[in-house]
Amino acid sequence: MYQYNDFDRLMVRARAAQYRDQLQRNLAGELSDEEFRPLRLQNGWYVQRHAPMLRVAVPYGELSSRQLRQLARIAREHDLQSDGRGGFGHFTTRQNLQFNWIALADSAEVMDLLAAVDMHGIQTSGNCIRNITSDALAGIAPDEWVDPRPYCELLRQWSTLHPEFAFLPRKFKIAVTGALEDRAATDWHDIGLRLHRNAGGEVGFAVAVGGGMGRTPIVARPLRAFVPWQQIQVFIEAVVRIYNLYGRRDNIYKARIKILVKAEGQRFVDAVNAEFDALMADPATPLIAQAALDRVSAHFVTPAATLGKVQRDVEPLPAYERWAQRNVHAHRVPGFVAVTLSLKRAGQAPGDVTADQMERAAELAERFSASELRVSHEQNLLLPWVDQAELRALWLAAREEGFATPNIGLLTDMIACPGGDLCALANARSLPIAAAITERFDDLDELHDIGDIDLHISGCINGCGHHHSGHIGILGVDKDGSEWYQITVGGADGSVLSGPAVAGKVIGPSFAADEVPEVIEALIGTYLRERQPGEHFVHTARRLGTLPWRHAADAVRRSTAGSS
Amino acid sequence: MLFIEPGQPWPPEALVLENTADVLALAAQLAEHASVVLRFPKWTDGRAYSQAVLLRSRLRYVGEIIAVGEVLADMLPLLRRCGFDAVQLRADQAQETAERALGFMPGHYQTVASERVPARSDL
Repeated sequence: MYQYNDFDRLMVRARAAQYRDQLQRNLAGELSDEEFRPLRLQNGWYVQRHAPMLRVAVPYGELSSRQLRQLARIAREHDLQSDGRGGFGHFTTRQNLQFNWIALADSAEVMDLLAAVDMHGIQTSGNCIRNITSDALAGIAPDEWVDPRPYCELLRQWSTLHPEFAFLPRKFKIAVTGALEDRAATDWHDIGLRLHRNAGGEVGFAVAVGGGMGRTPIVARPLRAFVPWQQIQVFIEAVVRIYNLYGRRDNIYKARIKILVKAEGQRFVDAVNAEFDALMADPATPLIAQAALDRVSAHFVTPAATLGKVQRDVEPLPAYERWAQRNVHAHRVPGFVAVTLSLKRAGQAPGDVTADQMERAAELAERFSASELRVSHEQNLLLPWVDQAELRALWLAAREEGFATPNIGLLTDMIACPGGDLCALANARSLPIAAAITERFDDLDELHDIGDIDLHISGCINGCGHHHSGHIGILGVDKDGSEWYQITVGGADGSVLSGPAVAGKVIGPSFAADEVPEVIEALIGTYLRERQPGEHFVHTARRLGTLPWRHAADAVRRSTAGSS
Repeated sequence: MLFIEPGQPWPPEALVLENTADVLALAAQLAEHASVVLRFPKWTDGRAYSQAVLLRSRLRYVGEIIAVGEVLADMLPLLRRCGFDAVQLRADQAQETAERALGFMPGHYQTVASERVPARSDL
């Protein structure tokens, strides 16, 4: 993975010092809370329901065991509630890690602790270009055309503290992949980049612009089929400049680039093209040099595989086979496999890890994966460099630590935001819903029979839990001060199995919290009855249309029975 | 960076632009003005950064670019890199804080378009 050089370190430490100055002025009353807010947000510090929330950037999802150990230390020493609870982190769909209980007064010190392991919270919030996300299998997937990591790193550097784009109308998210399968939901991003090779074998990006979830779910519009890699920063500069100049600033709900793209249509496309052409015509505009790409690419080293070593004869075990089927992924390099450490298990919120679990995961990475981990879009950890011969040993060790739930891609491998338990924006809690569903579907035979399905839960319309793109989506809404849940069916994140990105359809009025697990059960029951051989839930959902799902869900209404 | 005292007048010959103005349409006018004043109606409204960048890079404007309005001390590093060379801070902002803000970052990762063309002092 990318290793910081002296300049990277200097920048992160200088940023921490700059933040310390701003914090001190705020604490001294020289900088108002209102004016401190955008400054702390751009360093990852929110003020949430109970305490500040810190979002730590994990650039394109790559994490070293050393960094994870430091995150464990921060959780243990600083992420504490007054009653001593706390001490955990939450991995997000954007591959970042959030802490919930760090006191704002500790924030500068925590930034120093992060800087000590080349980490930070820069641009994990605020109306700027956010941390760039990518494929958790970047550089190792067999279906990959081009390794996105060097390009992600170049874009990370380009977008970091870019002065022209620090105060955009709204947040701006970029995702990059280079494989057949889109494991980063690129079409749901402000800019989605898909690396590929053209007929001449040259590397470039298909660029889509204007995707986003929230109140108005919109799938990104394809803008260019092929931008040569040397020009990608120039093209992004053109897009973001047009957005900065013309994006709406009068209404926060209409400020994302998706609204500008939708409202202006071809005029937006023309403006971007004109700006890009003008930049390209200017000899002062720098393109990415081959030497710069080579310099960055050299960081992404493939560890030596112990080819020829075969797995010791092991007796077949159904539990192991099941895990190997769901949690182990094919690798581009013979001899290696990738393994997901499931963060979806009973008794813990999706994506949550305690300080101890972070240490254990770091140990597994050191023992089995060249000390490297990835954070997946689905809020799991992944070991990218596992020797095939060590698989059985890894399974035993992962099981010991509770990381081996064989549910990757299944119903209980759900995406969920922290919801109303922790987040100040949420209208409703998402974690008790996730817990109730996890409890109800604890039978592995049943889970495997149901098969691949994306269940996504958001505690509010901002959509951090990606409810729009779930095959089943659950959205927390507020009605008269109580929590309700709207259910959608048939959404897609853009994966091969799900089909092109699309928002799910609402199947009727909202449900009460205690009805939701039964609704999910009713939907799954309908699927199991109606499915055709080999048909996944999402395909059955689309084939049948909304009505059967609505009827199935209505049949289990109790407290909301009168209202539907 | 030149500091204009709050309440002091801007250069009388300056071209004063709202942050909604299309600066690219003003190429002909610019030659007659030694200064351009760009407004920040709110400090979190970043349009004037792009206006300044376009003035410097696309139009090769070498006159003075002045930031006025809600200009906060912490904006100074961004303003300088986007091609501003003068500011009128909001009245409650300390010039000392603004000058200190310019000193934190030791460098930068990217060149902004405004940094790719010869600066006025180099001509």
